[in-house]
Parts: sequence; C-alpha cells; structure tokens
Amino acid sequence: MSETMMISLTVNGQRYQRQVEPRLLLSDFLRHELDLTGTHVGCEHGVCGACTILVDGVAVRSCLMFAVQADGCELLTVEGLAPGPEQLHPLQAAFRQAHALQCGFCTPGFLMTLAPWLAQHPNPTDEEIRLALSGNLCRCTGYQHIVEAVKMAAEIC
Amino acid sequence: MTTRTFGQRIRRNEDPVLLTGQALFTDDVNLPGMLHVAFKRSDYAHARILSIDTSLAAAIEGVVAIYTAADLGDYWRPGPLLVSPPPIKDVVFNTRTQVPLARDKVRHVGEPIAMVVATSRYIAEDAAELIFVDVEPLPVVVDMEQALDPAAPLIHEDLTQNLVAHVIQQKGDYAAAKAQADVVVSRRLYYDHGVAAAMENRGVVANWDRKSQHLTVWDTTQAPVVIRNGLSGLLGLSAAQVRVIAPFIGGGFGPKIMMFYPEEVLVPWVSMQLNRPVKWIEDRRENFMSTTHERDQVHWAEIALSKEGRILGFKDFFLHDNGAYGPYGLTVPINSQCTLLGCYDVPAYYSEFKAVFTNKMYVTPYRGAGRQHGVFVMERMLDFAAQELGLSVHEIRRKNFIPPAAFPYNNAIIYQDFAPLVYDSGNYEPALDKALDLIDYDRFVREEQPKLRAEGRLVGIGLVSYVEGTGIGPYEGARVQIEPNGLVNVATGIGTQGQGHFTSFAQLVADQVGVDVRHVRISTGDTDKFHWGTGTFASRGAVVAGNAVHAAAERVREKILKLASEELEAAPEDLELTDGVVRVKGVPGSAIKLGDLAVRANPLRGAVKPGMEPGLEATAYFGPERGVTASGIHALIVEVDPETMQVQIKRYVTVHDCGRVINPLILDGQIHGGIAQGIGNAFYEKVVYDANGQLLNGSFMDYLIPTSMEVPRIEVDHVETPSPSNPLGIKGAGEAGAIPTGPAFAQAVENALAPFGVEILEIPLSPNRLYELVQARRQEA
Repeated sequence: MSETMMISLTVNGQRYQRQVEPRLLLSDFLRHELDLTGTHVGCEHGVCGACTILVDGVAVRSCLMFAVQADGCELLTVEGLAPGPEQLHPLQAAFRQAHALQCGFCTPGFLMTLAPWLAQHPNPTDEEIRLALSGNLCRCTGYQHIVEAVKMAAEIC
Repeated sequence: MTTRTFGQRIRRNEDPVLLTGQALFTDDVNLPGMLHVAFKRSDYAHARILSIDTSLAAAIEGVVAIYTAADLGDYWRPGPLLVSPPPIKDVVFNTRTQVPLARDKVRHVGEPIAMVVATSRYIAEDAAELIFVDVEPLPVVVDMEQALDPAAPLIHEDLTQNLVAHVIQQKGDYAAAKAQADVVVSRRLYYDHGVAAAMENRGVVANWDRKSQHLTVWDTTQAPVVIRNGLSGLLGLSAAQVRVIAPFIGGGFGPKIMMFYPEEVLVPWVSMQLNRPVKWIEDRRENFMSTTHERDQVHWAEIALSKEGRILGFKDFFLHDNGAYGPYGLTVPINSQCTLLGCYDVPAYYSEFKAVFTNKMYVTPYRGAGRQHGVFVMERMLDFAAQELGLSVHEIRRKNFIPPAAFPYNNAIIYQDFAPLVYDSGNYEPALDKALDLIDYDRFVREEQPKLRAEGRLVGIGLVSYVEGTGIGPYEGARVQIEPNGLVNVATGIGTQGQGHFTSFAQLVADQVGVDVRHVRISTGDTDKFHWGTGTFASRGAVVAGNAVHAAAERVREKILKLASEELEAAPEDLELTDGVVRVKGVPGSAIKLGDLAVRANPLRGAVKPGMEPGLEATAYFGPERGVTASGIHALIVEVDPETMQVQIKRYVTVHDCGRVINPLILDGQIHGGIAQGIGNAFYEKVVYDANGQLLNGSFMDYLIPTSMEVPRIEVDHVETPSPSNPLGIKGAGEAGAIPTGPAFAQAVENALAPFGVEILEIPLSPNRLYELVQARRQEA
C-alpha cells in the first residue's frame, strides 16, 4: 500500500500539495493530513451528512470521496465559512441565535449543506427547509431550532 | 444590580467554537508519533475460541503490535461492576462483566478478540482482516423468553442458568386490592429498544509520557472522574498520574457514561506498553455492534380498579433482556419497575422481574434508561381500563393523580439511587389542563375526528402523563474563581455532551457575582481542573452540578463582599455587585473591579491572615439525599395512511414540569431532542438480531433514525413546581422528552385505527407491523 499520488487542491483559499494513498478518504485527508478537524465523520457511509463540505461550490459528503478525486478542486470546509476571524456567517449566527445546535457534532455538515442551498433559495418555506435538511442527521435537536435558524438566516441574507 | 439571568433565554457561550469548527472532539486530537488501533471482533454470537492466528497480520508493514487476551497478562480481568444492586430484600444478582479481549469464548457479535496497533488506521484495519480466529460455534440465546429454559445453552458457564437478577418489590397487598376490585384488566406488553446512535462514535486517545510518568487520556465519556479513578487503579498508577479529559462530546445519551469498555481500558495500557500516543476511534458499524444498547422487556401486567376508575392495585412481572454482560447492574430494570407508578396514587403494587443474559450486545442506560418501559406499561393499562370503564383517557388519569397536598409522596419501594422512591413535589392537573387546552382535545374528539373519519381518514389522538426521576446523588462539586482580569473561571467534574453547561452554569455564577454571562468560563470534564464528581447521567447535571456551582458562587460572593467591605469601609449589606464591579449602593465613584479585588486578595506582601484564604475562590459540593421528580403530559394527533400504514404526526404538544428553569431556550432544545428520539423509538428504530445472534441492521441505511421529515414541530409549554430539595428549586430535564413518547404514540395510533379494533401492545411499531395487526383483525372478523 505504499503507492501514492501527488494531488494539489485549494481548501478555504489556501493551496495544498500532498502525496497521498489513492485509498485515503477525502474526510480523513482533511482531518488528519491538513488538520482541518471541523469536518466531522459520523458514519462513513454517506448517510449522516456530518462530513459535508463544498467541492467547487457543491455540497458533497467527504467520506464518499477519495482525496485523489479532489485533485485540482476548490474546497470549502466549515473553518472557511465565516467571512473572517471572530466573525460568523449569517447561518452560523442564526444557528446560535435559535439554539440550533447542542453537542455540535453534526453542525458543520448542516452548515455546509445549507450555505449553498440558502443562496439558491432565499425565501424558503418550512417545508422546503425540512426537505433540504433531510439528508443530514441530528440526534440532539429534533431539527425544530435548525428550521428556525434557517428562516432567520434567510431574513439576514 | 445586573439583570438576573436565571430563567432567561440566553444564547450559548459554547456555540462560536462549535459553529466554526474549532471545538476539540476526541478524534481531533492528533499527536506526533501517534499509533492507531483497530480491533478484530467476533463474527459469532456464541462460540468457543480454539485458536487465533495473527501471523499474516503481523507481517504487514506498519503493524507495530498485535495483542490477544493471552498477551495481556495480569491486565486481563473483567471490568468493574459500576452499580451494585440496590438494597432490596432477597435480591438475586449475578455479576458478569465484560472482558478486555475475549479469552476462551465469545458471547456476542462484535466482542473484541484481538487488537492491532499500527502506524495508520488503514493499515490497522488491513491487519485486523487478516487475523484468523478458529472457533467452535455454540448454540445461541437470542430470545429472552427462552433464556431461562433449562435446555438453553449457558452464556456464562459458571452459572446454573442465564439469570442476571431476580427482584421483587411491593407495597400494600395486591391480592386484597384485586379481591375488592370491580374491574381487572391484564395484558402482555412488549417494549423493544434501539441504540443511542450519538452522531459522534466513541473514541479514546492515550498518551503515556515516560519522562514525566504521566498519562493523559482523551475519552468520549460522560464521567471522566470515574474513568480516571478506575484507570489509575487498573494501571497501577496513582490517580495524580492520570488526567482524563472528556473534551467536546458529540452526544452521549447514556452509553458513554463510564463503562470501562474494552477499548477504553486497552488503549491507555497500550500507550504505556509502547511509550507512544495511541488512538482508537470507533466506526459506525462498531458503534452498532459494540456500544451498549437498551433493549427488550416483556411485561405481564394486571391492573385492578374500582368501578369509579380508581386504581386499587397493580401487578407486573417482566423479563429484562440484559445482553451478554452486566456492567451497569440493575439500573435499567429498576427504573422500569419504579417509573411504572407514574403520576398515580397506587395503593398496592407487586412488581417482580427477572433480568436474563442473551448473546447480544449488553444493555445499559440510554436516554430514559428503562423509565419509558414502565411508563408504557402503566399508560397502556390505564387506556385499556378506561375503555372497560367507559372513561376518557384523561378522566382516568385525573382521577388517579397524586394530589398536590400529598407531596412529598412516598412510593415505599427502592429507586435506582438506593433511596426510597419519594417524589419531592408535583402538581399534575394544571399540566393536564394545559395540554388538553393546547391540543384542543375535546373539539378534536367531538368535531374534527368524526368529520375526518366520515371521509375515510384514519386520524387519532393520544395523551399520556409521566414522571421522571432525575437529579440523583451522590454528589457533584465545583470551584469558582475570579481571575485578575475579571473573568470568572469555573471547574466542575461532570462531562458535557451538548446540554449547554457552559451557559447554564455561567448564568448561575453570573447572577451571584454580578458579571456578564459571557465572562464566565466553564471547564467540564477535565480531571486536572477538578477531580471530584460522578458524571453526567440520569438528568442530573443541572440539578447536582448546577447546585454545586451555585453554592461555590455564593461563597465567592461572600468573599467579595467581605473583602470589599474592608476596602470600601462599608457594611456588606450596603454593597452591590454589578457589571463586574463591587460598589457602595448609591455611591458611583466607589466601584472596585472584581479583578482588582482578586489581586488584592492574593497579595505579594503582608499576610493572608489566619482563617482567611488567598484569592476570590471557593469550592462547594452538592449531595442530594435522593433524586427529584419531574413530570409532564404529552399529547399528539396522528394520521395513518390506510394504504401504506405510514403514520404522520400532525401535532405534538408537551407540557413539562421540571421545577424552576435556568434557561428556557436550552430546555426547549432538550425536550425537542428527547421527543425526536422517542419518535424514533416508537416507529422507526429497532435493532434486529437474527436467530444466530447476527446484527442485521448495523448501519444508518438499515437502522432508521428520524430526519427533519419525520420529527414534527413540537409545541412546548411549562408548569413550574419548584423542587423543595435543592436551593435552586430545579429538577432534571434531559430524558423527559424521550420517556412518554412511545405510549402516547401507541394510544394515538390505536385511536386512529379504532375502526379496525386494533390493540397496540408493543413498541416500536412500523408500517409493516401496523399492516400485520390490521390484517390479523380483519381475518378474525
């Protein structure tokens, strides 16, 4: 298993070049090679959505991609969502305001799923929000406060 | 005076780091030179181990070590019994706890057999796949009703039967009560359960530093102090040499309590063996197989009533499926036994249970911890009794509520905390009235339901009550300290898994010392910061640790006032603490910053006089004699699709009473989340083992936890009956949401399916199961 490949990619605006095994999951690459541990791993079979990141602007599950598949891509993880240090993205601020997180483990996945979605759905209904959330699992909140946070964020955005 | 924050919807202090990906979870600990562990686990539910061949695995490049039970030497020993049986007369209890690595036989699928340590997790898993375990399969016990059959294979061969425990508790004379009864109803009820499925799996990182002779362990535990004390004993270290850190934990819900899981015990040991940092992170499949479950009970229940609908007596016998080992004693079945009595005045109660070993993952508390089983039995039996008596479901409950004047109310049996089951306070009728009003019960039954039924729609309503024993002892502690920069540091020994401790505890301190909530920094779950305590479980964090934090903050306030009265030459009662300063009331120029006062309390010259202590710091403990009892009503309206038998929850109302509320925003979140888990438990989640003890649905593709599409909007209202048992008047709330959902759901679905005459005697349901029940009734007809 010593065969490796060189990849280069951009994560949160920073360029990285790394030699990786072809079988290395993108989620593990981000977490353990780049130490971007904000992306969480909940199931490693693409159901829970905790590991969701943006690849070229599209929300994907980083546990269902190999790092080598992200070669040449532009990635955004939760660490890069806020506009700057000590600042929060409107979604992050709304999550705090509405108490839309408890343990916070699934939260990065929700944020990264919702950020591009909200940009495309500026005036969502409750039903549309629930549908948009339905691919991400949360075990703490019962989703209600997340729905409220998304509505709140839609108003701020 | 700074505005009191107790009772306010304060945003959480912990959110910014969680929202920006900066919070440290166990798997985020990356240390130089760290090794990674993977386990070879049993594919069989019950088998004798004949041989283990690790030679191929050991030859893989990057494999550092492989251990089997034989390699552990003296370190191989069964885990501790965490909770001994309560002092109940004639209790039978057989202790058999899990082992670090299976030695002679395996007793459930997923039991660890060998541990691989390698330079990466990928390599460790490659190697684990190449370990060959030769076994002789043994007959398997899966069904708890067959576990005590004399012909059943023995799971622990040194016992004469698969019996964990036999317990009888009673009050009054049930036989006499039954003899006087006008109506006696009996049923067999079944309650299955699932897994906690916290979004974060378990994990342990250990770092033995040979030079300082010190071990640091990051552990996804709810009880770091207990783990630290236990690990130091097992490893032959002094407690001061071991630091256990429970960092941010991605959901606990019970199975992360303090189990001394095999992995939890082995990873620190390996770090010491190899002088390297070592990490093991559970994957989701392992979580299904080898993190504790909470599972089946079957009850044979009988209720005796007067013709007016008063409960005269209740008799219950149940079997409790304990799984293969029993590290957590009898907590779950005792909770079922005690919580069955609910909000009701039951003059005579006979309850007997047998807990049995089966070849399945073992059972320990999961949110509700057996309470929901008891509530299901009582609430369903009341529903059946109401039907016999021609009463509504709310009338029969109201008739039997313990009246407010009867508190403290002694149920005269022993609870899980070893104390008599005494309810500290309660006031159940206002909650019932509120719930009936909120869900518009009468109008639904009188107008809406008949109209919809006439259209062929299957709509139903359910309403149940429950109690939740919370806030049990023995104690928690906290230390509060004003820093020279004016910030307040607080340390407590419990762990935190999303309950908002960084905020609710900060509110308690802020109110005492007059600072902004954001200026109070809470440390939980780090034994180097605070090394006394028990842990976060049994809805006890706010009650027990909260009252300890409050007490320590009160003492710091006293110290502030004493020192400031000297500095300002004013009587303590003339001082006020607000906005981080202490000043003489009505004298604006007199203010001293708390930070400056803290510096003066820790002088470099002069003397700290006898009887005084340096700094503005205090430690306090809170140890309640017994728990406090929260309560509530859940009501819901459902619609069942006649074609698919899918159930849609149209409305969900809860009226909850947990005494005084520290932060209603956090409380709402706790209730929503509990109900979501309760809904999963009622209709979607079921761990399925086949006849060979194979786990059939160990993934999120097969085991369904509710999504945003299944959990409805939940309408929450409160009644506040303060607890007289603690200074803050609070009761726990963590498990409340999850406890009554099953029986409420069952009643509503049964009501919706009333045209078919279906009786619901089990949880969880599913569309398939509802279809079977309806078909069976059709065939009978």
